[in-house]
Amino acid sequence: MNDRIVLTYHVSPEDFTRAGEASSDVKNKLKQMGVSPSAVRKVAIAMYEGEINMVIHANGGDITVEITPEKIVMILKDVGPGIADVEKAMQEGYSTAPDHVRSLGFGAGMGLPNMKNYTDDIQIDTKLGVGTTVTMTINL
Amino acid sequence: MEAYTHSVYLDNDLCTGCTNCLKQCPTGAIRVRDGKAHINGKFCIDCGKCIKVCTHHAKLSTFDSLNIINDYEYTVALPAPALFGQFNNLEDVNIVLTALILMGFDAVYEVGSAAELVSEQTRSYVKAHPEQWPLISTACPTVVRLIRVLFPNLIEHLLPIKAPIELAAEIARRKAVEKTGLPPEKIGIIFISPCPSKVSYVRNPLGVDQSAVDGVVAIRDVYKQILPYMKQAENDPMELSDTGKIGIGWSISGGESGGLLSDSYLAADGITNVQKVLEDLEDQKFETLEFIELNACTGGCVGGVLNVENPYVAKTKIKRLRKYMTVAGNHLEDVPVENLFWTHEVEYEPVFRLGTNMLESFAMLNTVERLTAKFPGLDCGACGSPSCKALAEDIVRGDAEETDCIYIMKQQLNQMYHDMEANIKSKKS
Repeated sequence: MNDRIVLTYHVSPEDFTRAGEASSDVKNKLKQMGVSPSAVRKVAIAMYEGEINMVIHANGGDITVEITPEKIVMILKDVGPGIADVEKAMQEGYSTAPDHVRSLGFGAGMGLPNMKNYTDDIQIDTKLGVGTTVTMTINL
Repeated sequence: MEAYTHSVYLDNDLCTGCTNCLKQCPTGAIRVRDGKAHINGKFCIDCGKCIKVCTHHAKLSTFDSLNIINDYEYTVALPAPALFGQFNNLEDVNIVLTALILMGFDAVYEVGSAAELVSEQTRSYVKAHPEQWPLISTACPTVVRLIRVLFPNLIEHLLPIKAPIELAAEIARRKAVEKTGLPPEKIGIIFISPCPSKVSYVRNPLGVDQSAVDGVVAIRDVYKQILPYMKQAENDPMELSDTGKIGIGWSISGGESGGLLSDSYLAADGITNVQKVLEDLEDQKFETLEFIELNACTGGCVGGVLNVENPYVAKTKIKRLRKYMTVAGNHLEDVPVENLFWTHEVEYEPVFRLGTNMLESFAMLNTVERLTAKFPGLDCGACGSPSCKALAEDIVRGDAEETDCIYIMKQQLNQMYHDMEANIKSKKS
């Protein structure tokens, strides 16, 4: 197991104040690793968006981050409602976030699009009523 | 990294090796080794937090003594606006300025005056550079140092305009040369400072090659001497001040932003809050803001450790003092200023990187993770490192050992005891 660093985080539901803790921790580790600032920025944005998504839509979930010297893979797994139309959800500005979430300044419909824009690869495995697993890869 | 002289140091005799500063240092720069606190100069950003929290007064700050006045033929005092928040019932800034002259300075130039010029330049710079929004203020050197070592992605947002202290020093020297005809080096420009961070700034400036400030004295040292002179100055103060609301407001959190005459800003103070804002900024949480004002000290510069007055009381005094002032007494069109902009870029210094290259750092980080899982997670500080994770990093760097953790040591002692017991039993039987 020495060829990779595996980090796990639990994202608690409906807790916006704690969202961002996981991305912050990963960010600091990448800085200690000497990863380029632009890669750190991409990871920070993609992961924070993912965390927020899990809080808003999926009652939280679990994040596994695998770091190797070549790449960072973030696996965000939830047992939420699933995404009905992935293609639509990837469109900028499309959002199904409820009003109370929007009133907090979230839910602008930029979550998944940003995650796509800031990563080298994104895979979305989703099933209605079962949950969603988003796997994002950023090459280092 | 260039040699960097800090202004925070330790009095070994007073240090008891407790964990107060260790636990509160925002960059984890302190270790207790052999019963004494040590500051890692690579990580220290001169915020002064350890000075504030040390219950034994063992953490000190270097600055010049007031005798520095005698080292020059002509001296100009540069009072930070925070100075005016230190006095009871002060109604006229001119009383303080006149008292500085009576104390022995040949002239005064308010840093607040230069701050008004910086505000004016910032207004037009912010408007002209939406691609850099939000621009982050660079007046607090501790904030700039923090960004330089921990937030490389935010360096491009730094406002590349000289800090008021620097601009004030340049203007004051030029005025003094014009007035006296003396060569510039015979003139001493002495800043009256609320914090040790500015002392470090003068030695290792940010954004410029060399600071125009010649010496830094502490507000609290000036305070002790100035009171009788203020009594004397009260009756007939000279008209020396030209600072308005904006300039004097720079001493409190939100003051610099106030000078921008725009609502699109955020002002945070206190080093922990500043760090949180920078973290959020890195995750692009406030893209729509134009300006971010950050002050390492609580309340702004009035919270600096070299002040006398409680920061909140000082803030109230500043607010009362500026109530009837004009908005600004200084404008760029009236003051010939050669260059308001930085002449040197601030570059990322990855001091927290574990190894010399990415592969080595990766391997070290891997070991850190493994070690951290082994430690109890109490973050007690008894090992001399601020947290279990920091101990793991110190071990990986070769600066500590696993048995520095008292929990691990206890485990090992227990094991030894059991082994011995088993050994004796087996011999008996």
